[in-house]
Amino acid sequence: MIRLISPPIQERPGYFGPYGGRYVPETLIPALEELEAAFREAVNDLGFLREFEDLLRTYVGRPTPLTEARRLGEAVGARIFLKREDLAHTGAHKINNALGQALLAKRLGKRRVVAETGAGQHGVATATACALLGLECVIYMGTADMARQRPNVFRMRLLGAEVRPVDAGSQTLKDAINEAIRDWVTNVRTTHYLLGSALGPHPYPLIVRTFQSVIGVEARAQMLEQFGRLPDVAVACVGGGSNAIGLFAAFLEDPVELIGVEAGGEGISSGRHATRFVDGDRGRLGVLHGTRTYVLQDPWGQILDTHSISAGLDYPAVGPEHAWLRDRKRVHYTAVTDAEALAAFQSLARLEGILPALESAHAVAEAMRLASARPGAWILVNLSGRGDKDLETVAKALGEAPFSV
Amino acid sequence: MTGIEAVRKVFHKAREARRPALIFYWPVGYPDLEASVRIVAALAQAGADLIELGLPFSDPLADGPVIQRATQRALERGVRTPDVLEAVVRLRAIGVALPLCLMTYVNPIIAWGVPRFLEEAAQAGVDGLIVPDLPLEEAEELRAAADAIGLAWAPLAAPTTPDERLARIAATATGFLYLVSVTGITGARDRLPPDGILQLRRARRAACGVPVAIGFGISRPEHVRELAFEADGLIIGSALIQHGEACGFDEEALSAFVRALREAVPGSPA
Repeated sequence: MIRLISPPIQERPGYFGPYGGRYVPETLIPALEELEAAFREAVNDLGFLREFEDLLRTYVGRPTPLTEARRLGEAVGARIFLKREDLAHTGAHKINNALGQALLAKRLGKRRVVAETGAGQHGVATATACALLGLECVIYMGTADMARQRPNVFRMRLLGAEVRPVDAGSQTLKDAINEAIRDWVTNVRTTHYLLGSALGPHPYPLIVRTFQSVIGVEARAQMLEQFGRLPDVAVACVGGGSNAIGLFAAFLEDPVELIGVEAGGEGISSGRHATRFVDGDRGRLGVLHGTRTYVLQDPWGQILDTHSISAGLDYPAVGPEHAWLRDRKRVHYTAVTDAEALAAFQSLARLEGILPALESAHAVAEAMRLASARPGAWILVNLSGRGDKDLETVAKALGEAPFSV
Repeated sequence: MTGIEAVRKVFHKAREARRPALIFYWPVGYPDLEASVRIVAALAQAGADLIELGLPFSDPLADGPVIQRATQRALERGVRTPDVLEAVVRLRAIGVALPLCLMTYVNPIIAWGVPRFLEEAAQAGVDGLIVPDLPLEEAEELRAAADAIGLAWAPLAAPTTPDERLARIAATATGFLYLVSVTGITGARDRLPPDGILQLRRARRAACGVPVAIGFGISRPEHVRELAFEADGLIIGSALIQHGEACGFDEEALSAFVRALREAVPGSPA
């Protein structure tokens, strides 16, 4: 039977310490209550878990392998292990949560699903899950993201989803979430909002964490089985934070150092980045998209535009559990710039024959930096997705002529 | 008189006159700061009973396209919390006496600091608060602090809110209960939802005497006539903004819009 990490007991329901909650229009409250009840029932229902496990195994291709990156490790003087979420169906970890929630939607009797997407990976995963389970699917995506992730837009449409462009604000993930929530407020009786990251109103951070914890559970068992010990450090990139929390959840009780990597963009001092924790001036306690957490904002509480070369990390808030893990110093958060991520992308391609997603390249870059500081360390990296979707962005960044896919 | 008393008085007077209070929404800073002050003054003059002043927020997830666009424009012009409070001071200085409630999202309030925000708002002449992303469970801290300083609290309820919960929400209101007429976001609608009146009756039963104002979608004199005997208050937002946009923000035309709605209320002097 599939093993997931059970949702933690919360002292104040819906809250991780002072973070989290349910800051949404009243219209949505009954739907959130209904969703929470269905979720708690489902994760204790053998029938549900069996169906989920069966799909993860026979459809997603789980467990995903754990690969030692030997040449990269030799080059930087450490042992680096990659949890290969890039090999999951649709090319990223997003499918784990998308399938879990699509099953929940069915359980709730909801035939229509809306979702937001930044890089397009969550949109593709949701469109895939909906195609598989026969659900109607609408994906909201910022027009700036649509321009830099064209292959994924086409992929979603091929999968039968309707992709609705969002032209408001910064035209990225944040605005896509606003629009998805507006759709949900309007159609809440028939529609499930399939939120893709470990953020949003309670119970989403718990749901996403639980479905993604399959990553950490597998990786931990694979480290022990293949290499006889746990890593010294586990590293993951953090946009909203779903792949990171999925990995970390299984290691919280272990003597394993945990590192979350935010998008440093063009550098903290440039102001063009997406580091909610590392930029102490602009990243402050606030509320965005239904949850109380660290948010990049101006002194008057207006949300700031963010920048990252990776669409999936280009978001001004962070999942509430990450804020709590940081307060308790259980996870250390750091930042990697666009340039460093790009260099790591190329290193992994040349030394290991793997094109990582630009998001995941942030985690690889941090592992490489760690290795030079701590020679010989055992470092587990969550390779959360594959880089095919980023070819155009990378080509542009490397000065190649534009091409069409 | 505290804000709570001022807001109560509006509903009390409307009840005595057997008509609903007419509440209008206008975003501060739209089309610019100066013009918005003039417009709000004109609305007051034309017969509004209470005005909701929008304090713009970058991510207004309960708002439809009209209010999104208007508040975005205000933000692009640099309008922030201090400018909004300054606008209230000026409105009071030019003799605008009707109750003014701020409508905004919770993040600008947290960013300014809850006690500081409330103190400065009350000082400026604000009478109450409406915060659409603070449902019952999250509202208590702000509501209690507002109460302590005399600012009215108008919580929202929706068609999806069960009766028992609606009663608990109404019990926290120190101004009025803001009933959202549709499951959806703000915006003018040609026709009101068919169950709007049933929703109103249900809400008023559950609210045990707390005034119920209904908003989201009201745009025409016939809507006002339809709801006049059922609601304690009618809230008009997007339709007013659209009207303003269509007439080049002409104060006289906006006043005429208010008067037309006012005259549609049965029993009021034409």
